[in-house]
Amino acid sequence: MNATTAPAAMPPRRVLGAYLAEARSECLRYLRAPSFILPMTLFSTVFYLMFGVLLNHPGSDASRYLLASYTAFGVMGPGLFGFGASLAIERDGGLLTLKRALPMPPGAYLLGKMMMAMVAASLVVVLLLALGLTVGGVSLGPARVLAMLAVGAFGVLPFCALGMFVGTLIKGQGAPGLLNLVYLPMAFLSGLWLPISMLPGALQTLAPVWPSYHLNQLTLSAVGLRAGSLLPHVLALLAFAAAFLLLAARRLRRYG
Amino acid sequence: MTEAHAPVARLAGAVKRYDKRIALDDVDLVLRRGELLALLGPNGAGKSTSIGLLLGLVRPDAGRAELFGLDPQRIEARRRIGVMLQSAMLPPTLRVGELLRLTASYYPDPRPLAESAALAGIADLLKRPYGKLSGGQQRRVQFALALCGRPELLFLDEPTVGMDIDARRKLWTAMRALVAEGCSVVLTTHYLEEAEALAQRVVVLDRGRVLSEGSVDELRAKVALSRIRCVSDLDAEAVGRWPQVASAASVGGRLQIATAQAEHVVRRLLDADPALRELEVQRAGLAEAFTELTRDSDLQEAA
Repeated sequence: MNATTAPAAMPPRRVLGAYLAEARSECLRYLRAPSFILPMTLFSTVFYLMFGVLLNHPGSDASRYLLASYTAFGVMGPGLFGFGASLAIERDGGLLTLKRALPMPPGAYLLGKMMMAMVAASLVVVLLLALGLTVGGVSLGPARVLAMLAVGAFGVLPFCALGMFVGTLIKGQGAPGLLNLVYLPMAFLSGLWLPISMLPGALQTLAPVWPSYHLNQLTLSAVGLRAGSLLPHVLALLAFAAAFLLLAARRLRRYG
Repeated sequence: MTEAHAPVARLAGAVKRYDKRIALDDVDLVLRRGELLALLGPNGAGKSTSIGLLLGLVRPDAGRAELFGLDPQRIEARRRIGVMLQSAMLPPTLRVGELLRLTASYYPDPRPLAESAALAGIADLLKRPYGKLSGGQQRRVQFALALCGRPELLFLDEPTVGMDIDARRKLWTAMRALVAEGCSVVLTTHYLEEAEALAQRVVVLDRGRVLSEGSVDELRAKVALSRIRCVSDLDAEAVGRWPQVASAASVGGRLQIATAQAEHVVRRLLDADPALRELEVQRAGLAEAFTELTRDSDLQEAA
């Protein structure tokens, strides 16, 4: 070995390869884990089957409306649990420590989880669309189907940031419980289970506080049940994502 | 300092406190190229904190930690190391081959997958999901992950815990092969025979301080104890009061004596008990040396 060993430089191709390998592993490991993938896909699809199909007239506006709101509900899950719960568990189990000691490129861990959440959210949207377009009797043009998929893939991101923040607050197996305390009330309060007009007035006024409310406005637009500008809602979601990402990054840097 | 003599890793005056408790108290540690350094010490001695500092996982409150002359948090420095931590729950649903490929992707010039697998003795496990492996097999996989990047420096934190004797011997062989390639190793271990079998240099830590540093022989010489064993009717307690005897006990019908002056004690033993038989005299192992060292520091602490 040469005494003046210069460290071998890492070619950009290999750095990119490391990011891809991390994202691929993250997707593979969770899509193979039934305890992760089943609750995430079953929650929203079973609810939709019950309330949107069995208790409804297939093809009605209600069925279309519920497809939009259960899509918003289903997309939140991969963000909150895929990102938040897994981060909390890996901080506890030592995997995050090992990754920080290894020369993993900066951010590859979080980007990998983000990709995984986007893939999982897309899977949920595909399942809900398949149900809606067949047994639900909903008819959507190709443009609307694509819009739904796009909302699913990008709408998961603010919830990744929120999940990441929760994942930095609590370590280990306690995280899923805490996340459910965020997930379920938030879904209810933003009108994902009952139409927002059926909630008490005060809660209706409060609804725009929740990121899920804004996501629901996007899914409602995608299925053609809402007109008007999307920009305020997109901006609101971006702001939520940025705020929680900053909070989480600060806590991660400080406490690991 | 030129690069040729520059240490591979270094702690200089490192201090680390957790709340009020002091984990490392002004520790200096230097690792040279191609050497295997064993860090020994009881639980809470500061071994894992030392490794954490060198890996950039924790920051020193005072003093410095360096890897290849760089801040350990610099990725350029960490691309030259391999790591096996005490506990890391790896993704159970990933197959061993996938884990190896992922870890190798972090490095500029990794080993071919088959070579890493062969070195760690896991060639037959590549297709198995990590979660289905036994504890010992999982440790071997973690060892493969540590060496797959062709590191110049390997950190092994308690690598053989949970391994059976056969697996442990295989790991020792692999470690020796890596050192022969020019790789430096920092090894923490509870198993003294492990340090004895592998290490060129041993650093003993206790309560966050370096108690002793040197080769295995130097460490033994430092507490120049020998162990005498024999079958005799002499009373162990009485022998224990002899001037040159450090300790004496009766174990399984045999008298066991620790002493720094074996020749004296043996002469006196033979005089005192002509019927004495099965006499054995042995140099102390690292275990005795280590117990002796930490007991001294206990006494100082008490005084």
